[in-house]
Amino acid sequence: MNTQAHASFYFPGRHLLTCEGLSAQEINSLLDLADRAADINRQVNKKRDVLRGRTLINLFFEVSTRTQSSFELAGKRLGADVMNMNVATSSVQKGESLIDTAMTLNAMRPDLLVVRHHAAGAVELLAQKVDCSVINAGDGAHEHPTQALLDALTIRRAKGRIAGLTVAICGDILHSRVARSNIHVLNAMGARVRLVAPSTLLPPGIDRLGAEVYTDMWKGLQDCDIVMMLRLQRERMEGNYVPTSREYYHFFGLDQEKLDCAKPDALIMHPGPMNRGVEIASPIADHSRSVIREQVEMGVAVRMAVLEALARHLPNH
Amino acid sequence: MRPPIARDGAKAGAEAGTSTVFINARIIDPASGRDEPGGVLITDGVIADLGGHLRRNAPAGAVVVDCLGHILCPGLIDAQVYTGDPGQEHRETLKTASFAAAAGGVTTIACMPDTEPVIDQVALVDYVQRRARERAIVNVHIIAALTKGLKGHELAEVGLLQRAGAVAFSNGKSSIVNTSVMRNALLYAKDFDALIMHHTEDPFLTEGGAMNSGEVSTRLGLKGVNKAAETIVLERDVRLVGITGGRYHASTISCADSLAIVRGAKARGLPVSCGVSINHLTLNENDIGSYRTFFKVRPPLRSEEDRVAMVRALASGDIDVIVSSHDPQDADVKRRPFAEAADGAIGLETLLAAALRLYHSDEIGLLPLLRAMTIHPAKLLGLPGGRLEKGAPADLLLFDPGQPWVVDREQLRSRSKNSPFDEQKLQGRVLKTMVAGRMVYQYGS
Repeated sequence: MNTQAHASFYFPGRHLLTCEGLSAQEINSLLDLADRAADINRQVNKKRDVLRGRTLINLFFEVSTRTQSSFELAGKRLGADVMNMNVATSSVQKGESLIDTAMTLNAMRPDLLVVRHHAAGAVELLAQKVDCSVINAGDGAHEHPTQALLDALTIRRAKGRIAGLTVAICGDILHSRVARSNIHVLNAMGARVRLVAPSTLLPPGIDRLGAEVYTDMWKGLQDCDIVMMLRLQRERMEGNYVPTSREYYHFFGLDQEKLDCAKPDALIMHPGPMNRGVEIASPIADHSRSVIREQVEMGVAVRMAVLEALARHLPNH
Repeated sequence: MRPPIARDGAKAGAEAGTSTVFINARIIDPASGRDEPGGVLITDGVIADLGGHLRRNAPAGAVVVDCLGHILCPGLIDAQVYTGDPGQEHRETLKTASFAAAAGGVTTIACMPDTEPVIDQVALVDYVQRRARERAIVNVHIIAALTKGLKGHELAEVGLLQRAGAVAFSNGKSSIVNTSVMRNALLYAKDFDALIMHHTEDPFLTEGGAMNSGEVSTRLGLKGVNKAAETIVLERDVRLVGITGGRYHASTISCADSLAIVRGAKARGLPVSCGVSINHLTLNENDIGSYRTFFKVRPPLRSEEDRVAMVRALASGDIDVIVSSHDPQDADVKRRPFAEAADGAIGLETLLAAALRLYHSDEIGLLPLLRAMTIHPAKLLGLPGGRLEKGAPADLLLFDPGQPWVVDREQLRSRSKNSPFDEQKLQGRVLKTMVAGRMVYQYGS
């Protein structure tokens, strides 16, 4: 599938905490690795030994099913020992501070730490305190780097390129780490980014991150190559940010009428989990141009690529 | 967002092909500044022609109305009318309110969402519009609830309500206390270019208050409501408009301090406008006299200095619209000790005559006075009326500004009789009112 010329591998980072500042070369390096991983994942024998002997800890302070299992699978397919920290029953509930938790885990000598936390900046703080490589699996409304990378991989495989495409990210931009990471990655790759949301779900100054802002979805989707929908949390559709899910669906839900504003070959994406009938019409989620399931598949591949890239910098003695 | 659709819930109007011509009139159109002798030709419910050439010459076949030199102007538009329809029909129905409006020269009323149930859903907007079409004799528009149940917590469906025909959004008789809700309301409404009309009174400062705070309230032994209750909310709202850009209208301001805030906001180029009720232009706290509850309104009647400041601001254009703030209350809730009596005064039928007090006392000219009841509210609410021009709806008012009369509340058409102008001498009589080419009121008949 990969039609992009293979540039030489370049990824000097020890952690993956943010997409802000990543170059096209760094991103392409990860996507190239991920492309190969995706091919291997389709074989009967998916197991490699790139991370043999390494320990990967999934530290999730926020409940997650897909991201955590995606990282777990990625680690196992590369041969690492994977441990999932069940935070709901851990010492965090007993009042232990983030730093103390980090120090405790550090003493167990993991090689790779995958962290999700509800507070923006918490993963970076943790990375300063441990000796291993840290991957941000989502910190508050800040970033979710592997989601943006898997989105980029999905787009690159389907469209053959990212540069020059127009991508509309629609929905709850205000609370979305996915949107922020995607803005950085897509800009670095030369795409045009549009944000489509009611003003109540747009953070101030977001246009300065490199995006055009639309509060009218019909206009925002005009001639787009990619329509990327975001999840709207239930508690945000009951009058605080938008009046009701009914009104939200009417003006910001992706249905056939609004999709028709985009290019005829536009792809439909969603990071999941979806609210069918809120931000996306059910038939649209299952549309022939929907690549939502491919996104999940590419998620494992991208996480394998990230683990592999970071492992190259791990000490060998 | 889709542009708001200005919909007129008007009557079907005159039958197709029929023409009426008003001749020998003094035509006043505040929108264009026109004030000249002439006539107006109405065909199929719209203004077909107007001007000096129609002063004496009636086109063949048209029904001729000789205005005898009286003033012919656009029908008044009242941007704040409370009814009891649905839910409190003993106070007022859309039908009785529309009869009072027609008798007062008011051809369009915008109804507030403070009903039972509160108008916060599309189905209720549809329902009220249908009832108005069936029963009302003037144009009825709906100001929908800004928050669910007017509780001030959760936004109502601004986009869908607007599509259903709501011309503006209001939290009724209460201010939104939660600053974050108000900010999000302004932000959200901006996407639809929807107008927010806000009652500006801090509920904590007004709690238990029965009238303006000061010497009079102290003499009467009544708990007062300080002007700061109004200015604090207004000032806050203006700050929020500054960060959101939402279109904002302070529904009924009552004191000079509020004017300073509105002037400042307008000078900064913010989308802010304001209104004043006819009561605050023509009455003051002294009118309460010995606990007369028909003068108990919200915001409370203020001092004479404040009233004069309101009138001057109207003349200078700082105040955009005059509303009747027509609020029917039955005798049961008004015939109580002052502090326990209900707030509110009816005003549709006396709106023009009360406003003309200011003209007769040389406080303001006819054009700025009528502007605030015609073209200004029309523009504010996005309505096609309020102006005399070819193609505009034939919503017209013919009145004799000099004719005196004494208000008798029992003769008023409103179902409730709580008029603060009862037994007062007013000067200025509505002679004819036309809505969409159809005569809905004629004096003496």
